[in-house]
Amino acid sequence: MKKKRYFSRGVMFLLCLIFAVMFLMPTVLTITNSFMSEAEINANYGMVFSTTTGGYVSKTVNLKFIPDKVTLSQYIDGLIKSPEYLLKLWNSIFLVLPIVIFQLAIASVAAYSFTRWRGKFRAFIFFFYVILMLMPYQVTLVPNYLVSEWLGILNTRWAIILPGIFAPFSVFLLTKFMRRIPYVQIEAAKVDGAGEWDIFTKICLPQCRSALYSIAILVFIDYWNMVEQPLILLEDAESQPLSVFLSSVNTGEVGLAFALAVVYMIPTLLLFLHGEEYLIEGIAHSGSVKG
Amino acid sequence: MIWLNRIYTSGGELASECETERATINTMDNRRRQRNKTKREDFFRSLCFLMPSLLGVGVFFILPFFVVVYYSMIDGVSSRNFVFLDNFIKLLDNSAFKMAAKNTLQFSFTAVPLAVVLAMGLALMLECRIPGKSRFRTFFLSPMMVPVASVVLIWQVLFGYNGTINEFIMLFGADRIDWLQSDYCQIVVLILFLWKNLGYNMILFMAGLANIPKELLEVADVEGASEAYKFFAIKLRYLSPTVLFVTILSLINSFKVFREVYLLSGDYPYEKLYMLQHFMNNTFRSLDYQKLSAAAVLMALFMVGLIAFLFWAEDRFGKDVEG
Repeated sequence: MKKKRYFSRGVMFLLCLIFAVMFLMPTVLTITNSFMSEAEINANYGMVFSTTTGGYVSKTVNLKFIPDKVTLSQYIDGLIKSPEYLLKLWNSIFLVLPIVIFQLAIASVAAYSFTRWRGKFRAFIFFFYVILMLMPYQVTLVPNYLVSEWLGILNTRWAIILPGIFAPFSVFLLTKFMRRIPYVQIEAAKVDGAGEWDIFTKICLPQCRSALYSIAILVFIDYWNMVEQPLILLEDAESQPLSVFLSSVNTGEVGLAFALAVVYMIPTLLLFLHGEEYLIEGIAHSGSVKG
Repeated sequence: MIWLNRIYTSGGELASECETERATINTMDNRRRQRNKTKREDFFRSLCFLMPSLLGVGVFFILPFFVVVYYSMIDGVSSRNFVFLDNFIKLLDNSAFKMAAKNTLQFSFTAVPLAVVLAMGLALMLECRIPGKSRFRTFFLSPMMVPVASVVLIWQVLFGYNGTINEFIMLFGADRIDWLQSDYCQIVVLILFLWKNLGYNMILFMAGLANIPKELLEVADVEGASEAYKFFAIKLRYLSPTVLFVTILSLINSFKVFREVYLLSGDYPYEKLYMLQHFMNNTFRSLDYQKLSAAAVLMALFMVGLIAFLFWAEDRFGKDVEG
């Protein structure tokens, strides 16, 4: 009996190992390949991207983990020599950071309202937020586009930032976190004569610190990854974020694309390594739409 | 005289009783008024806190959505004749829309069940006390943090016509497949989708599994229940709200798969990969408001219907364990 259990656990472990390799491989490959020289990339992947820029192109594709010669030349080319890529990276940052900061600020106030006062009216609005949260982009982009047009902010950053700030996702998640704060604490503070703003800033917010962090990570990834909104709401290529731009850089300079791809994933990977526990907690709490 | 006196006194008592009663009525009235006042104040306060968010949501989502509904029922932004359902009928006749809807649905109906079942499998696998559990959790979750744009290159290397997977296939003497330009293209996107989303779903399932009362499983163990029985009779039932949520979430994410397709094969992919978002993007380019609005309204209705159905199903089949 015991032997059997050890055996099944061994099988599970092996399965996990296989899955882990599958999950990690693309990321690791991207990172290691970014240290290859342009020539080596061309030699290895020339067949796929058919960029016969001279030199040796191998007949078959070599998926290689470890570069023959580690070089930073791709990074130097991408970041220092041609500032246009750096500009795209700034675009990404300038789009995402305001969204994360203001969305959290507005959401925390709204979540406090949903936590502190219950009632049919508020329950209805909360339900509405949930429905809105579940709507795909295809639905919400049309209203966003119309408003941006009326406000005259189409083709500016604001067309993406403003709707992003009011996205209901973080309101929903933060409310779930806040509702776990014992109501007694709020009541006690009230008896002691604290105003609503005091209760909010001195009792609710400090207890939601980890929640805010985890939601910030989730929102950051979501918008860092965005492609749909800039494609529709930002027409000129100049202000596109790196995510959209990466797909157009692919064809010509593959080596450069690898380096930029790595640069692009650095912020999210750092966030992940630093805040994994918070992130997992955040995801786990998003787990039920009801209640 | 005494009785008279008694009447007087009782009268007095009566009067005083009346007075106290009036007083209590008074205070009750006051209290109600007070309560109403605090209620009104509370309402006002709650609205103050809610206002920034509500205002933004109203301006950017709700009000324009009403306009979208209105646009979907008129024949043109300039002429504004009310045509009711004509735009919808036209839309349903539109071949591009039909193709996009068909592809999207086809993709969703394969991707969502796989995303749910595989993620549950991963979560259950990590539940068996294997060494390095949290390491594996990190590994499985990591794709979520990698922007799609960053790994598309690897996908192209893997699935290109001259790519690694075709090399592998040819090793076994089979014909190579033009993955992105044939009917197999949805598989490529499906793998990317699963790679990206399984980790998130797995965490949700792990949270769900952690909520199952330990005693229940211990009792089942003592009673000698089989693993299969434990899974179907206990775990699956407790997981039913999680299954619902993961299904909804994966469904929404599967509608977002345009992102992957766009990054893999641009604006004009192989026709099997022409998704609803492609249709929307192209319609945006031609600025056909009527078509856009009708499509948005139709999709919103579809989503609401689908979510309502999922809630109903969860209510029906997962009810007995709640609470």
